[in-house]
Amino acid sequence: MTAPQLLDAEKLLARLTDLLRPAVNANSALVGIYTGGVLIAERLHAALSLTVPLGTLDVSFYRDDYDVIGLHTQPRPSEIPFEVEGRDIILVDDVLYTGRTIRAAMNEIFDYGRPASMRLAALVDRGGRELPIAAEFVGTSMMLPADELLVLKKDASDRLQLSVQPRKRQA
Amino acid sequence: MIHNPQLNKNGELTHLLTVEGLSADIIRNILNTAESFVSVTEREVKKVPLLRGKSVFNLFFEPSTRTRTTFEIAAKRLSADVLNLNISASSTSKGETLLDTVDNLSAMHADMFIVRHAQSGAPFLIARHVKPGIHVINAGDGRHAHPTQGLLDMYTIRHYKKDFSQLTVAIVGDVLHSRVARSQIHALTTLGVPELRVIGPKTLLPTGIENMGTHVYHDMAKGLKGVDVVIMLRLQNERMNGALLPSAQEYFKYYGLTQEKLALAKPDAIVMHPGPMNRGVEIDSAVADGAQSVILPQVTFGIAVRMAVMSILAGN
Repeated sequence: MTAPQLLDAEKLLARLTDLLRPAVNANSALVGIYTGGVLIAERLHAALSLTVPLGTLDVSFYRDDYDVIGLHTQPRPSEIPFEVEGRDIILVDDVLYTGRTIRAAMNEIFDYGRPASMRLAALVDRGGRELPIAAEFVGTSMMLPADELLVLKKDASDRLQLSVQPRKRQA
Repeated sequence: MIHNPQLNKNGELTHLLTVEGLSADIIRNILNTAESFVSVTEREVKKVPLLRGKSVFNLFFEPSTRTRTTFEIAAKRLSADVLNLNISASSTSKGETLLDTVDNLSAMHADMFIVRHAQSGAPFLIARHVKPGIHVINAGDGRHAHPTQGLLDMYTIRHYKKDFSQLTVAIVGDVLHSRVARSQIHALTTLGVPELRVIGPKTLLPTGIENMGTHVYHDMAKGLKGVDVVIMLRLQNERMNGALLPSAQEYFKYYGLTQEKLALAKPDAIVMHPGPMNRGVEIDSAVADGAQSVILPQVTFGIAVRMAVMSILAGN
């Protein structure tokens, strides 16, 4: 099986925006998960003209692999600039894989308050789930082997780029 | 390179014993991580599950309220189980040695020891003794070091002044007896502060302090001129042997920080103090409670910095 080396991230983002448009209202809040999810969430937030400010989440303190790898990436402060209580939250990530990051993100959100609902939007669902987690909004779904990695970047003109790369080491 | 007992074979921090020998990268990593914990402490639930199931022992062989409490809060906000041992009042008075105490607590599955001891070097002895996977944090040893205080001071300075590379910082008072001052001097020079001054009477400045990259002043008026940060030190009466000072009143007259003396610093200079303060000895109440004082924010930031240190150590 040969995976395409480059995916058109802008096209996937447009599709994701269209899926979300009928699903959001004045009570909806987007929360992007660092790093890639924040890039996607910023674009979605602008395109959907949401009034509730954008939230960002760094799940480092909630990860389930701390005992194995420690705190080895530099955490950034999470910012949830709105009342979580009673809110309809949409978590946004670039790539949905094992589901462990989303589990961590859900736990963190609940430490801010009790939302009315929480749903998940991902640019790409690459399969390989290890937890009972599913995304309601996805740009595209594909199966990628475990030794490959999807990497989201912004190019010089701020356009999103998604590429398939070999995984360097066991994460 | 000399072996640094704080680092593991990958060069990662596994104990925090002193700021001396820590790279600027390690210090910045601690400060950046602390910034994330500051945002945690502003939430509804001020707790993260990082150290769930871990046991942290506060081993205080010397009295302390603020430091012990902030370590305890920090550990609890990381979801660790915390045990406070006031050792001066227990086993050692029955003759148990320091390392026997540590072995016994290790047998109770301690994951981390926070150690304060009147003897310089005691936390090093414990760090060398414990099994791999057990971490030691120095919470003040004799006159030697108080690294988390030094780091929280760096956090405070960065919070208010952003960039270390343009700053003039003055440390004022009883440097001779101060483990805090030593940790601050190491941290400030490592982070690239271009002008570091120590101000105090000759009897309270250690010999050779100028070799630590500092400029020495005995006159407050000269030393405070144009500084961005004023760090006051506590006059450590309990550590003084012999007559180093005529009287507390005399000390206040020459080295106590008043509004008049502070006016010589930059108008936006901040005033810091590691606590506990001797009001009317090293600092006037009008300054301690004044607009330029960041003494209470130091305490708040101290919790986040200690959370950062604990979570980095326990993961290495």
